[in-house]
Formats: sequence, structure tokens, C-alpha cells
Amino acid sequence: MAARMATSHSTAPQRLRSVRHEPFEKVVERHGTTVLRVCRAVLAPTAAEDAWSETFLAAMQAYPTLRAGSNVEAWLVTIAHHKAIDQLRADARRAVPVADVPERPSGNGLLDSWESDLWAALKTLPRKQRECVIYHHVAGLPYADVADVLGGTPDAARRAAADGISALRKTYLTSTRERDAEGATT
Amino acid sequence: MSTAPAISGSRDLVTALPEVDDETVRRLHARLGAAAAAAGILEVAYRTVDTPVGPLLLAATEQGLVRVAYALQDHDRVLEQLAATISPRVLRAPQRLDSAAREIEEYFARQRTAFDLPLDLRRSSGFRRSVLAYLPQIPYGTTASYTAVAAAAGNPKAVRAAGTACATNPLPLVVPCHRVVRSDGTLGGYGGGLEAKQILLMLEAER
Repeated sequence: MAARMATSHSTAPQRLRSVRHEPFEKVVERHGTTVLRVCRAVLAPTAAEDAWSETFLAAMQAYPTLRAGSNVEAWLVTIAHHKAIDQLRADARRAVPVADVPERPSGNGLLDSWESDLWAALKTLPRKQRECVIYHHVAGLPYADVADVLGGTPDAARRAAADGISALRKTYLTSTRERDAEGATT
Repeated sequence: MSTAPAISGSRDLVTALPEVDDETVRRLHARLGAAAAAAGILEVAYRTVDTPVGPLLLAATEQGLVRVAYALQDHDRVLEQLAATISPRVLRAPQRLDSAAREIEEYFARQRTAFDLPLDLRRSSGFRRSVLAYLPQIPYGTTASYTAVAAAAGNPKAVRAAGTACATNPLPLVVPCHRVVRSDGTLGGYGGGLEAKQILLMLEAER
């Protein structure tokens, strides 16, 4: 199941039947992994799991009234986005008295639990860029849907994602090179 | 030398991401089932059980067991029907089916001759409902004819309707339509296939 999540343009929800809703189980099966990735991209592992649970519980609650033909993945990512922001705000309130969510989750434990350099690199991006990269390249949303989720225009989302990718090329590759270099000297 | 894959485009980026932990998704799914039940929005819970007559789908509402289906009846299609007729809030959530699964296991182990489960028969009405209500009174290990069932359900002339009621039984096995056979002693029909009907009747006869 955790097979390659090729950008899910190919699995786009247009082929959802328009009249009836399929069993909610199918929604969880089809999108559970993507939503977990979205949550993990923004939050620490435990908070990400909580956000996943809240996302699907809220989605199941609202599912019968979801308009037929809706883009289910975009709908789920939107819910996940809001749940993630709720978690970040709660964390921020619990931690230091900052007015708003810090733009860079710098070295506050968010980075520690992931082995992957790429996830670590993702987390060094400004949140807007990170979200655009994740929502477009991982969740597979078209930029128009990314813009709906985040606010702003599709072009701005496209630019932020492009900036994010090019920043990733630098930080991700640099950090792995540095680590390889260290490994070579010891 | 770098061991990192080059990020030349979105494809490389995505394939460079670590696999999502299947175990985590399974655990979260189970947690969702419990949370949905607690929130009162788990309208249809289901699971499957393996039996000598193949995998059986069991589905329950908060009222009780609402559907038992054989593989022959196409579990995916049955789930879609439940989504369409009861609620699309259908989730694989085994816990609600624990006692049904246990009683079915006991039945196949010949440790149980009658089911003691809350049933949700809201979707059956009229004469069909009367037939379904009568079927559990056919004793384990015996059979009754469609004619006898029609009479016992209150309409001796409605033999064909009794047959239809058995054929559309939403709870085969638990509501024992397999004990209804033709007056000439041949098996008649069965939603799970005649082989399954034969297996159940033989199992009950061996006791």
C-alpha cells in the first residue's frame, strides 16, 4: 500500500461516481497515506498522528453532505491543513508566548524524529513553501486547489513551490554532502 | 560523493520520501473506528470472518447485525449497497462485530445451534419480515419447505413470496434460510451458492 505515491494527478477524483457516495472506508484506504504525509510534513510525529485522526473523524462526520463530484483529496487536505494549524497554534500557546506560529520550526524537536534527510530539509523551508511543495508534489493537488487550501493565487502557489524545490536542491544536497564528508574524515 | 538522489523534479522528490509506515496507518485506522463509534457516527461497521463456506462479510449498525454476505454476493458491491441505503459512513471496524464473529465460529465448531445477537431488520418489512422472523424457529438440524414457511409466516398461498423472502434474506446463516428446501426434498436456491447450503445442512445433520 505504501507503494509509490506518484503525484496523484493520475488518481484524481474526477472518476468518483457523482450520484452516490462510496463507503467512507474507501476514502480512508485511498487517501490515508497522503493525509499522513501532509500532517507529517507540517507537524512532529505524535501531533501528526493526532491531526490525521482529527482530519478523518471530521471528514467522516461531514462526508454524507459532501457535494457529489467534489475533489475528495483536496477536501481532505484542506481539513488536514486546518487541523495541523490548530495543532501548531496549540503547541505555540503551550510553549513560549509567541503571538503567531513561528515561520521556521527551527531545531525545536520537530526535526529530530525523522531519519530522512529529505523530510529534515523540508522542515527547514518557510511554511508556505513547505506547504506548497507538499500539497502539490506529495498530495498531488493542482495549484488551483493548493491556492484554495492556502489562500492566495495559483501563480503564487506555483512560485512558492518552485522556490521550495530549488531551496531543497541546495539544503538537502548540501546537508547530505556535508554528512558524507564528515563520514569520510572519521 | 553524494549518496543523495538528485532532486530534478517532483517525481524524484516524491520517490526520495520515505515509505509511509503501513503499521502506523493501520493503527490510526483502528483508532478512527473507536473514535467514530464514540462520536456516534459509525453508522455501519464491518469486518470479514473466514469460515468453511468462505469469507463472510458481517456488517452492523448501532441497532445490531444488518448484513451477512457470502463472497459470491460480492463484498464490495454489498458495502456500496449499505452506503447507498443506510449511510455512506461505512468503516471497517471489527470491534462491533466481535460477538457475531464469535458466535459464527462457535456455530461452525458445532458448539452453537442458535444465534443470540441483536439484529437490525429495519430494511425488511411486511411479509418478508414475517418470514425472516419465523425462520429461526426452524430447529437446528431440520428443514422446512417453502410451503410450510409461507403458512407459518401467515399466508399459506404466498409460497413464491416466501421463496423471495429467503432469497433476499439480508442475514443468511444467522437467520437460517438455508433450512428451507423444496417440498420434493431438493435444495432450492441459496444466495451463498448451493454448495454452501449443502455444507451447512450437513454440518447441522452431523451433530
